[in-house]
Amino acid sequence: MHQFFFGTYPYIALSVLLIGSVARYERDPFTWKSSSSQLLRRKQLVIGSSLFHVGVLIIFFGHLIGLLTPIQIFDAFGIGHGFKQLMAVIAGGVAGIMALAGGAMLLHRRLYDPRIRANSTFADTGILILLMVQLVLGILTIFVSLQHLDGHEMTKFMAWAFGIFTFDGQAASYIADANILFKLHIFLGLTIFLLFPFTRLVHMLSAPVRYIWRPGYQIVRTKKRGA
Amino acid sequence: MKVRAQIGMVLNLDKCIGCHTCSVTCKNVWTSRDGVEYAWFNNVETKPGIGYPKDWENQKRWNGGWERTASGGLKPKQGGKWRILANIFANPDLPEIDDFYEPFDFDYDHLKSAPEMPAFPTARPRSKVSGERMEKIEWGPNWEEILGGEFEKRGKDYNFEGIQKEIYGQYENTFMMYLPRLCEHCLNPACAASCPSGAIYKREEDGVVLIDQEKCRGWRMCVSGCPYKKIYYNWSSGKSEKCTLCYPRLESGMPTVCSETCVGRIRYIGVMLYDADKIADAASVAGEKELYDAQLGVFLDPNDPAVIEAARAEGVPEDWIASARKSPIWKMAMEWKIAFPLHPEYRTLPMVWYIPPLSPIQNAAAAGQIAAQDDMPDVKSLRIPVRYLANMLTAGDEAPIVSALERMLAMRSYMRSKTVDGVVNLGVANRVGLTPHQIDEMYKIMAIANYEDRFVIPTTHRELVEDAYDLRGGCGFTDGNGCSTGTTGGKLFGSRKFVTPAEGWK
Repeated sequence: MHQFFFGTYPYIALSVLLIGSVARYERDPFTWKSSSSQLLRRKQLVIGSSLFHVGVLIIFFGHLIGLLTPIQIFDAFGIGHGFKQLMAVIAGGVAGIMALAGGAMLLHRRLYDPRIRANSTFADTGILILLMVQLVLGILTIFVSLQHLDGHEMTKFMAWAFGIFTFDGQAASYIADANILFKLHIFLGLTIFLLFPFTRLVHMLSAPVRYIWRPGYQIVRTKKRGA
Repeated sequence: MKVRAQIGMVLNLDKCIGCHTCSVTCKNVWTSRDGVEYAWFNNVETKPGIGYPKDWENQKRWNGGWERTASGGLKPKQGGKWRILANIFANPDLPEIDDFYEPFDFDYDHLKSAPEMPAFPTARPRSKVSGERMEKIEWGPNWEEILGGEFEKRGKDYNFEGIQKEIYGQYENTFMMYLPRLCEHCLNPACAASCPSGAIYKREEDGVVLIDQEKCRGWRMCVSGCPYKKIYYNWSSGKSEKCTLCYPRLESGMPTVCSETCVGRIRYIGVMLYDADKIADAASVAGEKELYDAQLGVFLDPNDPAVIEAARAEGVPEDWIASARKSPIWKMAMEWKIAFPLHPEYRTLPMVWYIPPLSPIQNAAAAGQIAAQDDMPDVKSLRIPVRYLANMLTAGDEAPIVSALERMLAMRSYMRSKTVDGVVNLGVANRVGLTPHQIDEMYKIMAIANYEDRFVIPTTHRELVEDAYDLRGGCGFTDGNGCSTGTTGGKLFGSRKFVTPAEGWK
């Protein structure tokens, strides 16, 4: 069972994420959007959405760097495991609270504002609830982390994540003895990956950073052949 | 010189009767769908009034259009690229749907299904957004119709800038005019510049500004970027939509739906050649009052052999050049100088222009005392203040508006002498700097306004741009891959399946 959830399920989730997203982008680009509801109700969105997005972005890149950077690089820079864990706890904690507070406002708006509720799909509400649960789980793991500040526990998750991406068949075994909160957090995270292509989350893949270096401001399209 | 062709439009406000036929036919064709009930690609406002959406002209509030930077460059008034991206999670300049109006329908079914009651059943309004009962409708797309509402509210109209407006709230001094509005298909569109996804583009061959529905991600920066508030976020599909200038009709040489159905024959469509290299300089001239002249400087004379040669070199088709020579837009904007851009101070170089309306003489008692040479009253005594029109059409510069109004009055006077008295009154023509031939032509195009004089639209050259073999049996105008084969019955990614009207009856 453990092998399935942490050895096999990651590949299922990541495959669906990848293939599903490509298929959606290719088959149904009209549905690829952020689904903003700001036009319908500004209240609670300005603060809620800003807090939520900034918090989630910090957490996302924190996980990306924290989990997938080979441990040797941290060692080479002389960053101790305990220090790294403390950084993760502090940065993740602050960002987590931000995202949770913002997300709570957004969820309240989505469930109780008549305009927003009437225009929410099952997927819109569902994924927001899942993200909130995931944030709570993530914050709860901080209390587990504080029990052992040497950073050793964290290196296990790094080894696991690294193992998944290097097709290490033993990956699941590295976190066999982790606390149930961590396991739930990982499982739900993978499930969110799995659901990603079927929800509005796809908009994060179109984060319009290219706008910054798009030459000039204007866009002109020509129909001339060969142009 | 980089010659490009643009389909432009002129609306002769002097003849607009405010019947809303343009708006209604446009809505029937383009926005009778979920999510855009509140959107009117074409709407008609009664001025003075704050308009639709509320107070749209006031860019101190909405931050639409462009602003000139200290170094003489241009950037969107809502912020440069970094600022726009920073606001992507919550756009501080985005109107709420209530600024347009909450769309509603009535419980018509109740009229026939109500049980026997002491009171007659009524059809009460219900929100199209939330489906909830709306007890009182407090705003709509045309709430200020024919000066509806008190002057205190309508008087917030931005065009009263620099005018002692209080007297216009008095019954005896009140004035009104209609302003039909649609997308301006600007030469320097602020919506396209604000779009982080790069989904909004200007077509090279005819200048129509469109939103690629498959590239739009719903970041909604175009809505706040457009100073005319003519981009509408479809709250159902999550994509922005706008006036397409009825490009499928234009491509086959037909006028837009709003123009075709205009009962007052106030709309004109034609080709303008312009120099794309001059746009940046024209849009960033220092003084706001210089913007009107700067835009005139961008247009190229289609009778100039050098322009024709350059146009050919750029691949502008021969019939487009010929159409530019017959363009009613060119005549009104450049030859007679009676048409003006709407709010040039937004620096977007708009391409839907307006002929200012004449109005009755202000004070009937004083009518006899007005210096009326050749039956022409002083335009300053017209009921609509010249400054009001100037604030709307020339960033406050009154001289061009005065000249245009005088030319229109002169045309009336000249034609009256000619048809009633049988006298060609050269004096009145000379006084406004027009030749009799020009006045005859003005009369033909503006007063008679035959279909072929109003609409000089060359067709698209499909043979140059498309492979007809690939288009055979193609898809009509649907969103998404509605008519693609290979989709299953259900929709995996949560979009609505396109149902043709015929299928809907199954």
